[in-house]
Amino acid sequence: MRKCTRRALTVLGLCLLLLLPACRFVRPGELTGGSAGAGGAGGSGSSMDLNVENVDGTGWKIAMITDTGGINDQSFNQSAWEGLQELQAETGAEVAYIESKQSGDFNTNFETLVDNGNTLMWGIGFACADAVLEAAEANPEVNFACVDNAFADSPMNVTGVVFRAQESSFMVGYIAAAVSETQKVGFVGGIRSEVIEQFEYGYEAGVAYANRVLDKNVRVSSQYAESFSDAAKGKSIANKMFTDGCDIVYHSAGGTGTGVIEAAKEAGKFAIGVDRDQAYLAPDNVLTSSLKNVNVAVKAVGKRHIAGQDIGGQTLSFGLTDDAVGIPEHHENYSDEIYEAAIEIGEQIKRGTIIPPSTKAELDAYTAGLK
Amino acid sequence: MSSDTFLLLLGITLMYSTPMVFAAQGSVISEVSGVVNIGIEGMMTIGAFTGAAVGYFSGNPWLGFVCAGLAGAVFGLIHAFASVTCKADQTVCGIAMNLIGPGLALFLSRVFFDGATQTLPVTNKIPKLFGRSGLPGSLNNLNVDMTTVIALVVSILMCYIFYCTTWGLHLRAVGEHPAAADTLGINVYKVRYICVILSGLLAGLGGAAMTLAIVPQFMPTAISGQGFIAIAAVIFGKWTPHGGYLACLLFGFAQALTVVLGGGAFTVPSEILAMLPYVLTVLILILFVGRASAPKANGVPYNKGSRV
Repeated sequence: MRKCTRRALTVLGLCLLLLLPACRFVRPGELTGGSAGAGGAGGSGSSMDLNVENVDGTGWKIAMITDTGGINDQSFNQSAWEGLQELQAETGAEVAYIESKQSGDFNTNFETLVDNGNTLMWGIGFACADAVLEAAEANPEVNFACVDNAFADSPMNVTGVVFRAQESSFMVGYIAAAVSETQKVGFVGGIRSEVIEQFEYGYEAGVAYANRVLDKNVRVSSQYAESFSDAAKGKSIANKMFTDGCDIVYHSAGGTGTGVIEAAKEAGKFAIGVDRDQAYLAPDNVLTSSLKNVNVAVKAVGKRHIAGQDIGGQTLSFGLTDDAVGIPEHHENYSDEIYEAAIEIGEQIKRGTIIPPSTKAELDAYTAGLK
Repeated sequence: MSSDTFLLLLGITLMYSTPMVFAAQGSVISEVSGVVNIGIEGMMTIGAFTGAAVGYFSGNPWLGFVCAGLAGAVFGLIHAFASVTCKADQTVCGIAMNLIGPGLALFLSRVFFDGATQTLPVTNKIPKLFGRSGLPGSLNNLNVDMTTVIALVVSILMCYIFYCTTWGLHLRAVGEHPAAADTLGINVYKVRYICVILSGLLAGLGGAAMTLAIVPQFMPTAISGQGFIAIAAVIFGKWTPHGGYLACLLFGFAQALTVVLGGGAFTVPSEILAMLPYVLTVLILILFVGRASAPKANGVPYNKGSRV
């Protein structure tokens, strides 16, 4: 009897612990909060002029809480904090952050920030979304914002901030197709979701566009690892793609993507990084990266808040026009011409003459239109 | 199936299973001596961090590999002290290991890497079996990491120790009937201490196999579930070193299948494919693996003078 109980406890403990890493180590921005609105990341968010210049923020207090990655996560938290520091330098507003050691800290951290007299508080990453909503309900007089989450029904003091990742993905898709010698490129996704599909379809559209204008016939093979943490699986999928003849693989897969870049390094092929410039991981084998500049969004929303604009109750969408997504300037691994062509494509996206698709249906319509 | 696909499958299977093989051998040696060690995952994580950090600062991956084993061994020592000397509940203690491991790894990472929760990539990884230039064509899929070879050697060595040495007999006796072993003059506590420390050492090596061979750095997601899969593999393999090894290979093979079947010509939804390793495991468990029985004294602290 005693043994049975022990066995049952062991199994229960194992199950709970298996869940732990999943809760604790989700990187910001790689998943959506599951709200229905997230799908409209590109479409439903308003993209009116987000840039307010020359505001005096003296006396304003704006702060953020990190998700569990910590302030120096070389990713969204760090980028957001840089945005707040830029905001301080430009407007004189007082900025602060609190690190969350675990997801249970989110609410307490928000309460601390409210008590300290902040009027706009950021939750970084979709993992904070629920905490943002709860804090917003408890403190209706102050504002909250959440990076990478579109709230389905945003309260009047909550702002969702999303990125049009399909735009930068379109650019790297063009670069990949232009650089590819084998006429085959790959895409590795983390867990399939609408947010990750923005990367996939934007990329495929970029390749299709390059095929059209460069008269090439580059094909894309896409595969999802169904994990954001399994680097070995990312490496396996990339190995398979390289064996199949791909010479460039783009990833949008968080920790899984680390394996993709490593596979490119071992095979002497190229990988394309995501979210930030990942060239430091393998300088000779990272072709370019599709950037998501959280700092830009954090700064712009902060300025609008200081300027007294009504930012609550809506989801703001940031893209190339705001310099919130893009590609790094350095391009040692491919030619100036291709870089300049990619930048020109970026300009066309800004002007609206190219509209990168973010869903399968939009992609199909887009490729049909190219013919 | 073309030979290219076969070689790819084999290569992925070997790569994927390596960290789990180390961990599974660690789990076997602890459980067979009668100490449940579900802290394997935490020990792997601390090994993964130590390996990557030492490898980065020293530039020598082998030094990192050894240090990763030592870091795991320290955790093993703590587990042994709590569960053998203090007779604490081994499950609870294992859970504590799983909480301390990642916590300490992240804390140390922030201290040594400028507040970042991931380390910088090491310049020298553990070499491949056939060197950097490798083998021609798709044969290069068999150019596995040296850690894969070490994992095989460790497994064979474990089989030898378990079934061909007196000490192996002692440790199995301790796990089956510690009181009987004690009356025959075997020091139960000593045997269990050694096994649990070795268990931590092997788990630490498994972690480093991830962060020094498969990828060149530690990140918070480096070890996410491999330790638990290894524990499952041990039960699957009926608490034997060779069984554990084969079970890890099987799991690696199932993952390789999902990789090879995903994308491309057949469009099986990736969500369905992701279940394949688990479905396959359950099926094989039902169809081919008979009743598995744990070492009788597994999980029961030994009180000197007790009759069971």
